[in-house]
Amino acid sequence: MSYSTTVDHEEHHDHPSGMLRWLTTTNHKDIGTMYLTFSLIMFMVGGAMIMAVRAELFQPGLQLMHPEFYNQLIGVHALVMIFAALMPAATGFANWMLPLQIGAPDMALPRLNNWGFWLLPPAAILLTLPFTLALFGIGDGAIATGWTFYAPLSVQGGIGVDFAIFAVHLLGISSVMGSINIIVTIFNMRAPGMTLMKLPLFAWGWLITAFLLIATIPVLAGAVTMLLTDRHFGTHFFDAAGGGDPILFQHLFWFFGHPEVYILLLPVWGFIPQILSTFARKPIYGYKAQVYSLCAIGVLSVVVWAHHFFTAGMPVPALLYFMYSTMAISLPLAVLFYCWIATIWRGSMTFETPMLFAIGWIILFGIGGLTGLVLADVAADAQYHHTYFVVAHFHYTLFAGGIMGIMAGVYYWLPKMTGHMYNEKLGKLHFWLTAISFNLTFIPQFFLGLAGMPRRIPDYALQFSEFNMISSIAAFTLGLTQLLFVYNIVSCVRGGKKATDKVWEGSNGLEWTLPSPPPYHTFNEQPVIR
Amino acid sequence: MSTQTHDKYFVPTPSLYPVILSGGLLLLTMGFIFSTNSYAAGKWLMLLGLVLMISMIFRWFAKIIAESQSGMYRTWEDKSFRWGMIAFICSEIAFFAAFFGALFFARIISVPELASFDPAFTMYKDFVATWPSAGPGGHVLGRDYQPAQFTPMGAWGIPAINTLILLSSGVTVTWAHWGLLKNNRRQLVWGLFFTIALGLAFIGLQAFEYHHAYTELGLTLGAGVYGSTFFMLTGFHGFHVTLGTLMLIVIWLRSIKGHFTPEHHFGFEGVAWYWHFVDVVWLGLFVFVYWL
Repeated sequence: MSYSTTVDHEEHHDHPSGMLRWLTTTNHKDIGTMYLTFSLIMFMVGGAMIMAVRAELFQPGLQLMHPEFYNQLIGVHALVMIFAALMPAATGFANWMLPLQIGAPDMALPRLNNWGFWLLPPAAILLTLPFTLALFGIGDGAIATGWTFYAPLSVQGGIGVDFAIFAVHLLGISSVMGSINIIVTIFNMRAPGMTLMKLPLFAWGWLITAFLLIATIPVLAGAVTMLLTDRHFGTHFFDAAGGGDPILFQHLFWFFGHPEVYILLLPVWGFIPQILSTFARKPIYGYKAQVYSLCAIGVLSVVVWAHHFFTAGMPVPALLYFMYSTMAISLPLAVLFYCWIATIWRGSMTFETPMLFAIGWIILFGIGGLTGLVLADVAADAQYHHTYFVVAHFHYTLFAGGIMGIMAGVYYWLPKMTGHMYNEKLGKLHFWLTAISFNLTFIPQFFLGLAGMPRRIPDYALQFSEFNMISSIAAFTLGLTQLLFVYNIVSCVRGGKKATDKVWEGSNGLEWTLPSPPPYHTFNEQPVIR
Repeated sequence: MSTQTHDKYFVPTPSLYPVILSGGLLLLTMGFIFSTNSYAAGKWLMLLGLVLMISMIFRWFAKIIAESQSGMYRTWEDKSFRWGMIAFICSEIAFFAAFFGALFFARIISVPELASFDPAFTMYKDFVATWPSAGPGGHVLGRDYQPAQFTPMGAWGIPAINTLILLSSGVTVTWAHWGLLKNNRRQLVWGLFFTIALGLAFIGLQAFEYHHAYTELGLTLGAGVYGSTFFMLTGFHGFHVTLGTLMLIVIWLRSIKGHFTPEHHFGFEGVAWYWHFVDVVWLGLFVFVYWL
């Protein structure tokens, strides 16, 4: 392998300095850093919004805010967390790590890559600006329909809906551009000898994610475009009086929305096995089975969407089809779980922060998956639909399965990216506080949901008081704990114990053969994989 | 730098175009939102955003063409562009699929269902499910809607001519490609010229058809779900034909200037693929929107 020759390029920088470097960069590492930073900022913004919501829910009755403002907060919280925190984090890792993992000199389309990132801040502005505009008497605040935009509520909504529609358009363009870049990079930029079946699982997870994004994001764009014309140009797509149907919107939205869940999770499923294998000091178990399972889940994820609105009214054969196909996803997912556990089985494990997050992730995401199976049951869903059971379920998949997985990745790769070790004690503290307060936040919500507390309502019946109080206190702890995370990252970027090239004793893969931090340009001459 | 320049992938130098393009897009969308919500300043924001975007797109593509002409793109980069274009066209197919999905949903599910309820419990007693349909009418979302009276667009007038036009344009662009491969520049330039002429003819006829629909047939965007799907699908397609024609004009001008070689002409092929894609989508439109 000849990549060591590239290190001497570190000295002469071929890029502008200061702010201009970040505005103009075509370097995959710079762009990855911007994605990850943006994601962290938006994670805190979205978290602050939900802290306000939990404060309102601390007691029954309306104390802090108008119901309209409450609705705006939960909708924008979801849109921010999904589109501006979780997706950019995964894309940031892809930008940083894919070229290093597959031995590519950069992403395949670097200028497009830059555009993909710089579409995000305008989208974030569009999402949050209506809050500010309302203070100046322009419009009535942000989108108040929840993140799902359901017609006819969204057809009637105020200017915030228009802002959200265009935010989704910009985010969609960004995702499609990012996906094109990742597909091209994986297909065309691999080092000689890096066959598809030698690809790191992270690359496989992202490849399937990118296909899903290309197939589904445009459908969402089409749906919100029809919403826009229904709102302003007199069309009747979602209006029964004109022969349209509000249910059509739900179909289009969830044709995107369900694969979106896997879009958020597949990259994480890709790198978690790498972390498990590193800290168990064993090779990944069942590589091929995992690849095939990831592919199977990718295919299944686009044919199960209607389980999100079983109660909207559907013919029984359709209900049965969507129930069974949804349950079928648990088969490949069970294969993955089996492989993850078998990877650490009888390994010589050590429990550094990434490993703690990865193991906690398996357990908590497992709970998310199993409660999803409950919701997939048509008969049971009639009871659980639109209750806090659903809220708890998808936070187990998206917070535990998504964000905590991302955190594992952050701690795993941070020493490689910055060249410094993070504070291990603080990292462990962050894990334990996060895991405990997360469970204390959402386990009560399972019970609240089972007892019939509806989602998206700022007030609730008195019998739900205690559990809501527990949930709110735990949520505040969870929110404050994330300040530790930010502090740990910032201090790791600024300095700390020097990281070795290999960083972890059990790490293997191309990225660990490079210096920490890697030089600005890597693999100008591609390594040969044997 | 590395001495083996042959194996080096081309990574462009830092560029301001993408971030300015995004800024333009932000102004354009914000301006659009303000003007649709009756704030007069909106259209000036839109204009500013549009000017920024167009100038950036212009300069970005000029830069790409200059890079291509100075030989910076070789086989490896070329392959990236090919994969990228394929993925992009796939995403466009998914975009059209959403609108086709709305059409099929309206025809197969929502319109028949509105006519299927028990007469004792429905507000749409006299509604009969037919296609084309402007819906049963009623008071919805604070608006009173009376089903529009309109004549649906027949398939065998302008749409049939447009089908012939687009299919012929697929032939002429292929003929131009053969010319390029044989290094017959005259055939290349004339082939592209005919393709552009056919594209413009299509757009012209489509505009005439819209005028006819609005002024004589009573078929408007507000004519129930038929009008909605009709104008959304044909309008979105027409927008793509317009883009495709602009792209064809660019590569036509480049061909006149002597760009493209028989071995190296991704710019040409990318546009040709896009044109064929627009062509195939039209066939779907002709069958499901106009004919059946």
